[in-house]
Amino acid sequence: MQDIDIVDLKKISEFIFQKYQYDFRNYAMSSFKRRVQRILELKKLTVDGLIKKLTETPSFINEFLDELTVNVTEMFRDPSFWRIMREEIIPAILLNHKQFKIWHAGCSSGEEVLSMSILLKEMGILDSVQLYATDLDTTILERARSATYSLKNMELNEKNYIRFQGAGSLTDYYKVENGYAVFNKDLLANVNFRKHDLVLGEAFNKFDLILCRNVMIYFNQTLQNDVLKKFHESLFKYGYLAIGSKESLIWCDYANRFIVVNNEEKIYKKIKD
Amino acid sequence: MSMFNLNNSYKAVVIGGSAGSFQGVVKILSQLPKGFPLPIIMALHRLKHVRHGFVEALSLKSVVQVVEPDDKEPLKKGGVYLAPANYHLSVELGNNFSLSTEEMMNNSRPAIDITLGSCAYVFKDKLIGILLSGANKDGALGMKYIKDRGGMTIVQEPSECMIETMPKAAMAVTQIDHVLKVDQIIEFFKELDKQYK
Repeated sequence: MQDIDIVDLKKISEFIFQKYQYDFRNYAMSSFKRRVQRILELKKLTVDGLIKKLTETPSFINEFLDELTVNVTEMFRDPSFWRIMREEIIPAILLNHKQFKIWHAGCSSGEEVLSMSILLKEMGILDSVQLYATDLDTTILERARSATYSLKNMELNEKNYIRFQGAGSLTDYYKVENGYAVFNKDLLANVNFRKHDLVLGEAFNKFDLILCRNVMIYFNQTLQNDVLKKFHESLFKYGYLAIGSKESLIWCDYANRFIVVNNEEKIYKKIKD
Repeated sequence: MSMFNLNNSYKAVVIGGSAGSFQGVVKILSQLPKGFPLPIIMALHRLKHVRHGFVEALSLKSVVQVVEPDDKEPLKKGGVYLAPANYHLSVELGNNFSLSTEEMMNNSRPAIDITLGSCAYVFKDKLIGILLSGANKDGALGMKYIKDRGGMTIVQEPSECMIETMPKAAMAVTQIDHVLKVDQIIEFFKELDKQYK
């Protein structure tokens, strides 16, 4: 693997920002470095070769974004988190609102939004919830819309679903076609998939619950702070924010506008405008 | 008198291990000199979907409580850290941790190569890398990064390992400064500690 330096990373992120208006300048250095190295290796390119290719072949930017962003996810990742959602958080929202809105920010290939749909369906309230699932990577959004997953990933998804103690079996929700698990599209009827950039994009709606798990770990603290402000703006007062089990808000300026609802599962509640 | 030729310029110690490394790690942590000044960062292969139990088991006999850092948590002097389940653990230039859910590497998440590689990048020649018993080659490349950037490399004596694949893989790809048994690694920590007193 070719060793690249921080100067190279700055050169690449500055170039992409100027030419394509995607801002990776405040991504966490170590993972951003690995992602870039991975692309260079995959495409057999040098740093200058990569910039040349991005200059001459504008369509390459989509492939670049798809490889750069981390799209490793699972259905019902951290089953205990999903149990808390079902047993505490969603019922708490329902106390005040019969209809509500959820935003999956950085939804990647859609496993989490699909998990949420299944959870809501099993609670009998899928029709009452409007879900928004956003990502900056259009290629991955297409994959999310298709609700089609490789069978080799299903073993883990099934295990997680069993630990989540779902009402039935995960197989109730999909058919096997050509070696893929194709989920019932009715589950996604209330999901609005759209391209949205957490870094440069604006808040676009108000939500009762935002899930952004294991997304901000790719950002540095400056950017985490900015994104938390956008989440704060996008939440109704007393709305919930869920982040990854090993993420923390405590380094952010806006942390004092939230309280911890569940420290183990990293679920927060906005208490101050 | 010392066989290690140490000084007090080191900034961190990073330890990798897999199958058969648990006992060694427990022993090292239980005999760590009081007030050992450097952060110790550990990437040990573990079950991906079991979040609890491992860090508690390591802490039981450890002189210092072992912590699974949150994303962006700052490194502390003398802190002992363990890569959490199902995350890769890296160190950033500002001396804080970052976590990632990138693809598994060498079939592992946490992957030892990732933790060692990021530590080598940040600490350069101020890093000591230790690779213990294990059944795959994860960590070998990481040890090479450490050596290439001027750090010190130590592996567990293969004959003492429950499974010698991991230290042997490192010995095959880079220069290893010291091949030591766990008891000698404990002596090494004591020797290193003295440089800072």
